[in-house]
Amino acid sequence: MSEQVTGAQSLVLSLEAAGVTDVFGIPGGAILPLYDPLMDSRQIRHILVRHEQGAGHAAEGYAAASGRVGVCMATSGPGATNLVTPIADAHMDSVPMVAVTGQVASASIGTDAFQEADIRGITMPITKHNFLVTNPDDIPQAIAEAFHLASTGRPGPVLVDVSKDALQAMTSFDWPPTINLPGYHPVTRPHAKQVREAARLMVEARQPVLYVGGGVIRANASAALLRLAELTGIPVVTTLMARGAFPDTHALQLGMPGMHGTVAAVGALQKADLLVTLGARFDDRVTGKLSSFAPNATVIHADIDPAEIGKNRFAEVPIVGDLNEIIPELIAAIQAEHAAGRQGDYEGWWSQLSHMRETYPLGYDLSEEGLSPQYVIERLGVISGENSIYTAGVGQHQMWAAQFIKYNQPRTWINSGGLGTMGFAVPAAMGAKVAMPDKTVWAVDGDGCFQMTNQELVTCTINEIPIKVALINNSSLGMVRQWQTLFYNERYSNTDLHSHRLPDFVKLADAYGCHGLRCETPDEVDATIEKAMSLNDAPVVIDFVVHKDAMVWPMVAAGMSNDEIMVARSMAPEWGSDD
Amino acid sequence: MTRHTLSVLVENKPGVLARVSSLFSRRGFNIESLAVGPTEVADVSRMTIVVNVESLPLEQVTKQLNKLINVLKIVELDQGAAVAREIMLVKVRADIDSRSKVIEVVQLFKAKVVDVAPEALTIEITGNPEKLADFLKVMEPFGIKELVKSGMVAVGRGSRSISDRSTRPADKAGERTA
Repeated sequence: MSEQVTGAQSLVLSLEAAGVTDVFGIPGGAILPLYDPLMDSRQIRHILVRHEQGAGHAAEGYAAASGRVGVCMATSGPGATNLVTPIADAHMDSVPMVAVTGQVASASIGTDAFQEADIRGITMPITKHNFLVTNPDDIPQAIAEAFHLASTGRPGPVLVDVSKDALQAMTSFDWPPTINLPGYHPVTRPHAKQVREAARLMVEARQPVLYVGGGVIRANASAALLRLAELTGIPVVTTLMARGAFPDTHALQLGMPGMHGTVAAVGALQKADLLVTLGARFDDRVTGKLSSFAPNATVIHADIDPAEIGKNRFAEVPIVGDLNEIIPELIAAIQAEHAAGRQGDYEGWWSQLSHMRETYPLGYDLSEEGLSPQYVIERLGVISGENSIYTAGVGQHQMWAAQFIKYNQPRTWINSGGLGTMGFAVPAAMGAKVAMPDKTVWAVDGDGCFQMTNQELVTCTINEIPIKVALINNSSLGMVRQWQTLFYNERYSNTDLHSHRLPDFVKLADAYGCHGLRCETPDEVDATIEKAMSLNDAPVVIDFVVHKDAMVWPMVAAGMSNDEIMVARSMAPEWGSDD
Repeated sequence: MTRHTLSVLVENKPGVLARVSSLFSRRGFNIESLAVGPTEVADVSRMTIVVNVESLPLEQVTKQLNKLINVLKIVELDQGAAVAREIMLVKVRADIDSRSKVIEVVQLFKAKVVDVAPEALTIEITGNPEKLADFLKVMEPFGIKELVKSGMVAVGRGSRSISDRSTRPADKAGERTA
């Protein structure tokens, strides 16, 4: 049966039917008709943000924390273009997201009308797919297809642009609509022969590594991964996007690989004879100079996206499918190998790796004066614990948060990996807290990032979303400054933000209705974090005033081989013999 | 670099051409020619895309094209196993002295005169790219005033059609239809 409604009502009914409970957005001219029936929805809570970028990152944080599709909304023109950064971010990091934008009336499209932007054209290369709807009858199908596309296969952002006249016109609402996507058939079931071949290589290898990427978290395959690792005893590395996919406290965990990875994780990849790649994509920040990456390794590459396989590194054994189906099948195939008396022998490998891990643990020097940022972040992880969710911006604080907080569960570490979007932390934390209201959510942020999106603290205060912000304030664009220290003769061009002086972050927090705390010495750290943990009636911002000369180590300089990893300035590790 | 001909079946929806062409430019590939038009199936269009790339990047571009939601199928046409044609319209200088010589060439190439003016002839010629190039070489001395060429269209030889399941391309081999 169908009822006569406006296009706007049809859109709200469609969102409700798609299961949406939370939307982040800002109204404006073209999308106004939608906001009228939205007001009456008892299912959908609309959170009015202060900038559309905040809506987009909040939808990402919501999706990353919960696995559900995040939804953001904006009006035409500038509203829609302000969503471009979070949409690109979601595309790079495979975040399931639906963005609904208003568009000028269909008769005005193409005339450079007020607040007109071709957002479908603009977002073509940064969405999984997008729609322009000008006929109100097409609304339910477009919304249904958008949610289907965003949440299946390799997840990603989908944009639905709806013209104002389509929102205003009368139409009939029918649900469920037919989903008609004849060109979309994500492969979920892996090829059995490839899985058997992978299992055979895994028991034959002497120096294998499980190279785990964010796909394991997106596929909800962490539990299966744990079984696979424990069954085989193969060491695990978890990329920046995969922190939490495998417990940090587990004996098989070597840590994060890549530009700021552990010596053990980077070394393991370089010396491996077999990479079992699960939902990772050989990103340049992991491989370093590609031609010298893991030079002796045979590659098994399992991913839901066939285009990732062989993109950067040839895969001897490609496996296309859903990791939550691949890994259990791999486990069965390994068990068959074991039953046939073929068992992997990695003893010599582990003695090499243990040596690396013990000789070069992650560490830092406590500064003699002032506060060390790594210490602050490490204590935050210990005190708030593994049940909390941590988001981060981009830069030094992000790397330290990836290194020094122990993640034992998936979806507890949320950051901008592929696009590297500064300003991600606060709105992403807001979204995560809306999705998981019972969890403590920390935004570990830098003073540079924080000043890009902190207006969403107002949104948090007013909507009772009590996130906590650990502001690692080194008064500079720290990561850029680090590169200037290392590669530009300490010429600090435009990286001093003067944030020790301005703004006063405690007063800023106060102005936003948040609790503002400041911490300047090591002996105050625990007490300040505990104080913040006790305040749950409003967001909390702690201004950790840290010294600015701390650097992120280890480091593989951009464009260099992973073999050139430095554990500290001008200090290369001893790799040990290759026997 | 080698020349590859891709036949791409797409949903006939607005914006599809933009999606396909922007994908090529974004991934750094030059399209040598592109022709698009309707097919025997309503709502399905067919693109014939000619690109100059190594085979490995071609595989990557094919995979990326397959990710476009509106792309239904991609088949690479093997030059030997396909018929490929372009159409060209050429305006050649031809006055009372040279006209008969021009017409002689036209007949030689089985081309067709489609418009006659006192100073020029407009000629239609169809064929594979090599034939068209040869024709131009012979016509050049007369003076070519204007030239327009379609992109190449191509179809596989034999009785099988591109929409048969058996002609599925290699990189979709492991795929199952949902």
